[in-house]
Amino acid sequence: MRRYLGLLALQLRISVASAMAYRANFLIEGVMSLVWLVVTLIPLVIVFNGRDQVAGWTRPDAMIVMAYFVGVRAVLEGMISPSLVDLVEKIRSGSFDYVLLKPVDAQAMVSASRYEPWKVFDLAGAIAIAIYAFVLRGAPPSAAQLALGVVLFGTGLAAAYALWILCAAAAFWVGRLDNLMYLLGSIFDTGRWPVMVFPTAWRVVFTFVIPVAVMTTYPAMALIGTLGAERAVATIGGALALLVISRLVWRTAIRSYTSASS
Amino acid sequence: MRSGLSRVVTALPTLLRIGVAETVAYRGEFLVWILTTTQPLIMLGLWTQVAREAPFTTGGRSYSSADFVAYFLATLIVRQLTGNWVAWQMSEEVRSGAMAMRLLRPIHPFFAYAASHAAAIPFRSVIALPLAVVLLASSGASALCTDPRQLAWLVPSLALAWLITFAFLFAIGALAFFLTQTMAIANLYFALFSLFSGYLMPLDLLGPVATLAAWLPFRFMLSAPVELITRTLDRAQLASLLGGQLAWAAITLTAALLLWRAGVKRFEAVGG
Repeated sequence: MRRYLGLLALQLRISVASAMAYRANFLIEGVMSLVWLVVTLIPLVIVFNGRDQVAGWTRPDAMIVMAYFVGVRAVLEGMISPSLVDLVEKIRSGSFDYVLLKPVDAQAMVSASRYEPWKVFDLAGAIAIAIYAFVLRGAPPSAAQLALGVVLFGTGLAAAYALWILCAAAAFWVGRLDNLMYLLGSIFDTGRWPVMVFPTAWRVVFTFVIPVAVMTTYPAMALIGTLGAERAVATIGGALALLVISRLVWRTAIRSYTSASS
Repeated sequence: MRSGLSRVVTALPTLLRIGVAETVAYRGEFLVWILTTTQPLIMLGLWTQVAREAPFTTGGRSYSSADFVAYFLATLIVRQLTGNWVAWQMSEEVRSGAMAMRLLRPIHPFFAYAASHAAAIPFRSVIALPLAVVLLASSGASALCTDPRQLAWLVPSLALAWLITFAFLFAIGALAFFLTQTMAIANLYFALFSLFSGYLMPLDLLGPVATLAAWLPFRFMLSAPVELITRTLDRAQLASLLGGQLAWAAITLTAALLLWRAGVKRFEAVGG
């Protein structure tokens, strides 16, 4: 375990160092984060200027869902997505051989191989939105709610990570499908809204087929204290199940890797 | 110049044929790109629910559920027909050095890329046309324009929207000659596009920002044809819509070609 943490830290250090080499980029990315934050929030502001509530969701509550969305997206785009894009490239070029040769688990190696450190701006933005939402609500979350909210942020990330690994594993069979990640990203976009505001058909898809709700809506409900114990357990269980499935698929996929290099 | 243009005209059928062949060859990727356009469906789900009990009213305009269905299906159709990913393609080719091959050909890459993306339009129509039928059947005449004289302008408006989008993205792609990280710019473009083009919501719901949006190029890439389909416009509105499209087409086209010319001088053909 310590070995893996050490590796993780090392890879993070390398990424930060190479990001620092393009300092101008840091500025661009910082501005980008801000622009995205505004673009993300404007539809919400407009909807709730015309309505007090939608499907039982008030403005501050919907903002907390938005905060989770921005937070999960920050980790996805800051770590998971770049690493897996890297993986697809490695599979295509054959340099995945070298990953397999290393005396550590290949999935752990590739899952955190590249970071985009500037996504911490987004993470900070997510926390700012959440704090602002609680100011609007007038009362901070209780310690228990906060704890459960943080735990579910973790399981939400796990679920997202599992989905992305499933998607990346497809590259072992079909070779080049890097835009599958774009597709997943655009579906994940639904997560900015509480899943209840959608018509039934949408809701079923985004809860059970592509469980976006597990990543943003339910964690947000945990934080504001409206998620029952039953649903909390189901959320955690669902995320863990996805993680196990993705691990199994990964192991099957890796067996069909035939190395593109020679 | 004349010989350059006549070369393009002669080569056009071949270029289009190559484009069709490319689309068929990379059909998996193509399909995924098309499916990526899910945002209008998500927004459709959201806004119809918002307007389920009562029409959504801001800034003097009111949208019922049916209006939103018509609006977002129209958005989806226009987006399918006018979208492309040339910026991503170009920055990848500059990075990998594949651009060198294009420069060897006696045709301006603008036309080569344009032909290859235009060739995909029939395939995109296969997706868009069934949607058009659903649109007509589900929301009926109440939420759509029925004036044939206005609808006659739809094809030119779509063509202009396609051209503005293509030239804009081509200009961003040409930035790859100057910058290493064009993806950040392309993402910024998409952020501004989603907000100011009517992709996320009808522009007249934007309130004070709507005035700004009316002048930016993004409106003419998407909202203009959508407005033609979903609203009945008077003569002056129609003229300003199409005039705006023409003006922005000229501006983006010039910018794209100038940026290309300045950029290609710096090209060093990495790899090769």
